[in-house]
Amino acid sequence: MSAAEETKTPAAAPPEPSALLQRVIARLGTLVAEHQSFRGEDCIHVAREHILDVARALRDSPELGFDLLLDVTCVDYFGQPDGFQNAPETWDRNHHLVRKRAEWRHRVNLPARGDAPRFAVVYHLVSTRLLHRLRVKCRVPEDQPAIASLSALWAGANWLERETFDLYGIRFDGHPDLRRIYLYDEFVGHPLRKDYAKHDEQPLEPYAGPGAQEPRRPH
Amino acid sequence: MPDLEPKNPAVPTDAPTADPARDLQTPLMRMQMGPSHPATHGTVKMVLDLDGERVVKADIQVGYLHRGFEKECETGYYYQNIPYTDRLNYSSPMLNNVGYCLAVEKLMDLRTPPRCDFIRVIAGEISRMSDHYLCLGAMALELAAMTPFLYLLEARELMCDLLDALCGARVTTNYIRIGGVSADLPEGFDRFAAERLDRSLGLLGDADKLLTQNPVFRERVEGTGHLAPETLIAHGVTGPLLRAGGVPYDVRRVQPYLVYGELDFDVPVGEHSDNFDRYLVRLEELRQSRRMIAQCFAKIPAGPVNSDDPRVRWPRKGKVFGRMEELIDQFKLVTEGGLVPPGEVYHAVEGANGELGFYIVSDGTGKPYKCRCRAPSFSNMSALEKMITGGMLADVVPTFDLINMIGGECDR
Repeated sequence: MSAAEETKTPAAAPPEPSALLQRVIARLGTLVAEHQSFRGEDCIHVAREHILDVARALRDSPELGFDLLLDVTCVDYFGQPDGFQNAPETWDRNHHLVRKRAEWRHRVNLPARGDAPRFAVVYHLVSTRLLHRLRVKCRVPEDQPAIASLSALWAGANWLERETFDLYGIRFDGHPDLRRIYLYDEFVGHPLRKDYAKHDEQPLEPYAGPGAQEPRRPH
Repeated sequence: MPDLEPKNPAVPTDAPTADPARDLQTPLMRMQMGPSHPATHGTVKMVLDLDGERVVKADIQVGYLHRGFEKECETGYYYQNIPYTDRLNYSSPMLNNVGYCLAVEKLMDLRTPPRCDFIRVIAGEISRMSDHYLCLGAMALELAAMTPFLYLLEARELMCDLLDALCGARVTTNYIRIGGVSADLPEGFDRFAAERLDRSLGLLGDADKLLTQNPVFRERVEGTGHLAPETLIAHGVTGPLLRAGGVPYDVRRVQPYLVYGELDFDVPVGEHSDNFDRYLVRLEELRQSRRMIAQCFAKIPAGPVNSDDPRVRWPRKGKVFGRMEELIDQFKLVTEGGLVPPGEVYHAVEGANGELGFYIVSDGTGKPYKCRCRAPSFSNMSALEKMITGGMLADVVPTFDLINMIGGECDR
């Protein structure tokens, strides 16, 4: 049983947008590049230049009222278009190769990259008043992984964006305090990117905290 | 990092005042609270700039328990990741199991039998009670009230007994499966549970009598850690903290999953958004959980506890050893995992500390392409800075305790 037999793309969902999506599209107009509903969840795709306008409109329009930013994260579509049409077997083969010899990860056979940029920054929104949910996705290219920060609109975006920066290396322009949140500052790379192998080792950093300059006691 | 040299901006430097104490100039003192501090539970470092005893600036540093939950999930099959979710919020592990399995089931478009849904609600509510007992007990201890701590920890032990009877483990449960649960309720579990639950609520009543009307305790928690509901929402705070601010946002009520739609329960809300209200909301939620469990035991139907879907159903062991088809079935399930159709879902459940969501992206194989946990503790902790800034140093302790930051969940 191969995965391809079971593949049903999200585009196979009913073409008529849901009631919430109709309201969102009526409010945002052409800013919505693409929209889909899957398993009863609504998702819109917007260009990353428009994310601030879109977020402000979603938060401030009374008929949408998305006041609670639940989550900011990123998906690394490393060499894959959004719909995962590109043969999952390739991925399985690479997984096996990397698992056998971790240092062979540079030899993995990457599938052809689609036109879509590599990263997608994903926002989950909910309205505490109207109780509906929406997912907003923005594609971000690999060579310039940056997007506008939403921390001026939602204070909670501050930490969530720091986390996304830490683990995926997406820079958030206009963020007041963009530094790593989980890992230490000397960490090399961003561990949740798909080209960071699970068993990658980090260079050892000498201790630089308080008391580092003092002479060591003899053993 | 701010410069320590400048004078405290809160104290005016020019015009001399009649009050000589206000003219005293002291530099800010930087104090590091944590990562392992006797008055906090949870590994977090707070770098506080103090003007006397007043917190002028706070920098909260999390990440001491970061262990790559999401990276680990990407390399395991869907069914292999369930034990990792135990370790997210280790004081209410069942709720994490339920949240993860519901997200995967939503992706697979799978229906579970009604008996399974009831069992999940029972297990989840027991877990929630265990989490609230631990939170309130630890808070009492860190406010130097030893006796309620002992009562509440005993109550939590009773909850652990129930989890033990359900799945054989007290903390790392690994009970919920994709498409079902690992075992049906044991014989006579309802009587056993009713006895333990009532005893634990009796202990809660004792702790309640010791704390709620206690002037020393109220002095510490009333009015401290206040944050307006709008600010809480802007920070993404959910759960008892948000409800203590008067916003009745409870995922069990606003987007009922499992059988919560059929149960009769109240969502307690506070009005002052301070630590005392957070304490009271948790107290009342414990009693509501007891109500829900009693209704579940009254309504639970007989029947199977596992889904019959071939993608998740494990063949019977006796047949695996004797029949070819079941052997192949077992082999494929173990080595490929259940194949999950491509797509992405976000499923939220009400965790003990707020909305616990799992965002899973599937590429059609047996392993998640991405498995993201939206941890309530993380968003709640991001509001701590605003809650403690401007307050006294001693107020940091109850505020932090009632956020109930769980390191395993916050740092993942």
